[in-house]
Amino acid sequence: MTKMKPATLLFTIFKYVMLILASIVALVPVVVCIITAFKTTDEYNTTRVLDLPKSFLYFENFTIAFEKARMLNGFLNTAIVLVVVLTVSVFVGSMLAYVLNRFQFKGNAIIQNLFMFASLIPGIATQVTVYQIMYSLGFINHLYGYMVVLMGTDIISIYIFLQFFENLPVSLDESAIMDGCTYFGVFFRILFPLLKPAIMTSLVLKGVSVYNEYYMSNLYLQLPQLRTISTALYTFTGPYGNQYNYICAGVLITIIPILLFFLVFQKQIYSGMAAGAVKG
Amino acid sequence: MYSSGRTALSPCWSVCTTWAAPWCSWPLALFFATLMVFKVRGSSIFKGAMFFPYLICGIAVGFIFKFFYARGFVLDSILQMFGMDLENIPYWLQDQRINNISLAATSVWRYTGQNMILFLGAMMSVDTDLYEAAALDGANKWHVFKSIILPSIKSIIVLNMILSISGSLSAFEPPYVITNGTMGTGTYFVIMNRLAHENQKVGLACAMAIVLLVIIILCTVAQKLFFAYIFNDGTADESKAAMKRRLKAEREAAKAARKGGQTE
Repeated sequence: MTKMKPATLLFTIFKYVMLILASIVALVPVVVCIITAFKTTDEYNTTRVLDLPKSFLYFENFTIAFEKARMLNGFLNTAIVLVVVLTVSVFVGSMLAYVLNRFQFKGNAIIQNLFMFASLIPGIATQVTVYQIMYSLGFINHLYGYMVVLMGTDIISIYIFLQFFENLPVSLDESAIMDGCTYFGVFFRILFPLLKPAIMTSLVLKGVSVYNEYYMSNLYLQLPQLRTISTALYTFTGPYGNQYNYICAGVLITIIPILLFFLVFQKQIYSGMAAGAVKG
Repeated sequence: MYSSGRTALSPCWSVCTTWAAPWCSWPLALFFATLMVFKVRGSSIFKGAMFFPYLICGIAVGFIFKFFYARGFVLDSILQMFGMDLENIPYWLQDQRINNISLAATSVWRYTGQNMILFLGAMMSVDTDLYEAAALDGANKWHVFKSIILPSIKSIIVLNMILSISGSLSAFEPPYVITNGTMGTGTYFVIMNRLAHENQKVGLACAMAIVLLVIIILCTVAQKLFFAYIFNDGTADESKAAMKRRLKAEREAAKAARKGGQTE
């Protein structure tokens, strides 16, 4: 190995120290949560926060959190919502991108700009009025009402699809049409299968945002049996306000699926983030 | 009416700090992204560790930090471990001078990793030949950063800053869980939410939403202008001046032609 210059060596040391420090800072709050989640109530009351629990096999807190917050129910509802919303939003998003990319018509640019503009408005700001609309439609306290609100596509996935369409040659469409394919045929038989990577990316991003969504599910699904996972977690503010060993267990239960998801789909998540940014 | 004046003013300070949060987060994100661009062993672990907070749902972040900041709990224990006295440690969530900063730190924690990934993605798209060429020319790390990395990601920074306005104004879940907007920490949305759905003042909340929209549009325009000024490499201005000159010349030509027509 060649000997490093002292300046380079110094930079390397500095680099790793900074990165390790940052990772520690990023992880400490979560790690403390893990430590606390495995403590019995006695241990929690007597030991200091940073002390390790007696054993990491004490799962009582998790079962209590799971039952008290009705998390199974929450997971079920979230799963239903996820499946329906993701399916519909992928179709809506990709079809919209297909129309915007392949057809030149008056208002094409306006539609794209409106989506851009809409992305500037924070979602919660519009919810006051959306709530009134939902209320008069009778969509409150129905899973389908909540799903309808979430189904709408968002700017990021449209951009991901648009970008992808730009790289698919128009001659593909043309030759299909020459062979007697309809526009629907072109989209579903030829372009949709080719969109797979873009679909994965947009599914992953949308999935994460739907899973983490709190505000709207709190507004539109007020009945306890309709709670999604994040509203179920919020119930801990009430009677268990200071029992952090239960709360931490609940927090971990909600984090674990997303952690697994992250470990599996890391690549798609990163590329989705980048794609959304580059195009804007 | 008097209550609307109060509610409009009280989120000011908390909004300011939440807006300041991304300004702390970007330099950090930029710094770490730059470190990552140079070869790092185990970079995916660092990347994952720093990015993961972004994926945790807002309510969970709220609980984690409620626990983190609670008196005598995580943060205090850590500080005590480093030899600080509990008496000298402020109440992170009760002290009105710093509780908004504590909350803003939460969003720095949450979004720095995401920003880093964004910046890193843009930096990675730079042609690696440029780095090699720079190294051959004897550029040090600072030169590389200033002349290659920064220009390559400036559009992303601008976009990010524009989006951050609405992002920081809409900070909702963590403050909602951690303090529920008490003790002067109500962000715009926590207050709007309370007005609309607890006090049933829907009209007032709608008005707040519209005010917010106007603020966002103004901020967006202002930031865009600001960055057009900062990142101005001369070309934009030059073309504008050229256009002005051309228009002026055309006008004068037209005037001269008209004059010529009259005298003839």
